[in-house]
Amino acid sequence: MNVIISVIGKDRIGIIRDVSAFLADLNINIVDISQTLMGEYFTMIMRANTEKSSMPLDKLGKALADKGASVGLDINLRSEEIFDAMHRI
Amino acid sequence: MITNKEVFETVGMINAQHLDVRCITMGISLFDCIRDSAEATSRKVYDKITSYAKDLVAVGEKISTMYGIPVVNKRVSVTPVSMIGAASGGYMEIARAMDKAAAETGIDFIGGYTALVQKGATAAEEAFLATIPEALSTTKKVCSSVNVASSRAGINMDAVRTMGEIVKKTAYLTRNEDSIGCAKLVVFANAVEDNPFMAGAFHGTGEADKVINVGVSGPGVVKTALESVDGDLTAVAETVKKTAFKVTRVGQLVAKSAADMLGARFGIVDLSLAPTPAIGDSVGRILEEMGLERVGACGTTAALALLNDAVKKGGIMASSHVGGLSGAFIPVSEDIGMIEAAEMGALTLERLEAMTAVCSVGIDMVAIPGDTPAEVISAMIADEAAIGMVNQKTTAVRAIPVYGKKVGDSASFGGLLGHAPIMKVSEYSPLKFISRGGRIPAPLVGNKN
Repeated sequence: MNVIISVIGKDRIGIIRDVSAFLADLNINIVDISQTLMGEYFTMIMRANTEKSSMPLDKLGKALADKGASVGLDINLRSEEIFDAMHRI
Repeated sequence: MITNKEVFETVGMINAQHLDVRCITMGISLFDCIRDSAEATSRKVYDKITSYAKDLVAVGEKISTMYGIPVVNKRVSVTPVSMIGAASGGYMEIARAMDKAAAETGIDFIGGYTALVQKGATAAEEAFLATIPEALSTTKKVCSSVNVASSRAGINMDAVRTMGEIVKKTAYLTRNEDSIGCAKLVVFANAVEDNPFMAGAFHGTGEADKVINVGVSGPGVVKTALESVDGDLTAVAETVKKTAFKVTRVGQLVAKSAADMLGARFGIVDLSLAPTPAIGDSVGRILEEMGLERVGACGTTAALALLNDAVKKGGIMASSHVGGLSGAFIPVSEDIGMIEAAEMGALTLERLEAMTAVCSVGIDMVAIPGDTPAEVISAMIADEAAIGMVNQKTTAVRAIPVYGKKVGDSASFGGLLGHAPIMKVSEYSPLKFISRGGRIPAPLVGNKN
């Protein structure tokens, strides 16, 4: 399944490295990355694929959120469908 | 690819502004459960509901996980029980079977303890109406509704008179819980057959065997979107439209997914803006954001008309099938902006009545003095039914004469039902008018053929 992962947190060195490591640990494949600074906040969205992961989506979302919280990042994972539905006709 | 701005807009709507799927409601036809004994009918009813809805809660949770959006309530609506129990007369047995099935499947509410008597009632329907107070006071999750008027049929004033008495009796039987039974009883004009929202949901006679209807709601999303609008009211309406479109697209996605997973037909998405007592989830606050000091001020009806219309215009293109009530809800006890306005006297019953002419419901979740006579409640119902009948729209009354309480007191219903101050009702008597009974003829606008 294709998912969108959103990441927001105070900017610092190594955020992309941390998040990429979390995703690799969970066997999630990154397809696309877009990131920008909004003031002092680092925001990033990743399009990723969860097909190789053995964990169900709810556990993946929770695991990522927990890992994010441990390094001061707010990480959300959702099916890509909800974003397409809301923002694309 | 979706842009950062779009992703964070969606995440903000869900995480901070209370965008949620208010309900996934499975409509189930019970026509094939009719038997000639109460025992056999109620057993079939229980078996069918528990079989069809066994995965409803699990699917709701799965959808919630996939899309990262709360699915607040999972519900079932059934064919009006006045029809299903007519052959056996076992209405109370069916009510108990419904409640047991609701507990077994883990759903939040089950609607359809319903009669459609807008033109007249059969002997079986009269017997059914008499069971409503007991059904509501002895079950936990069963909701009841009665349609007493339509633009085609006029207003059945005999049923209106009866319903005043039934509301009073229900209030008495649930007197130990602030008459909460009345919060599960809606008296309709022009009731719709595919409403996913409680307490008024039932599965219409023209519906398929198993149907999924979804209500998606985000008053907080609309309010937040309006915070950045400095323009005129055209700009306000445009912003509401765009927001309603996005919200409804989520409803469409969820409804289709749920229908597929449950092997059911996708029925409708209900566009209604439905508030909850939570901070930031209020329809009243949207009207205040438009520029009213308090909901209830002069201008409230106009602001609500704009909101209701813009929600529909934005939502209709977003879903392949729009239905249910689809407008803005104004339940006093379930909306923190309305609760506050009612408490401070800014919002009166008369203003609420005017508001119901331009939005999707009626006098909803309004607590009134416990000693309000039955004929006054009947007259409130008649007033609302007249607004619905003449304007060819749904209206309803869900008033709660809270036993033992008077103006100045407040009532608490708990959970999504919230709390409310007791509102003042006109003390002048409509007794003679209500006692006349009969039918108010259908208006000219009802004769369209």
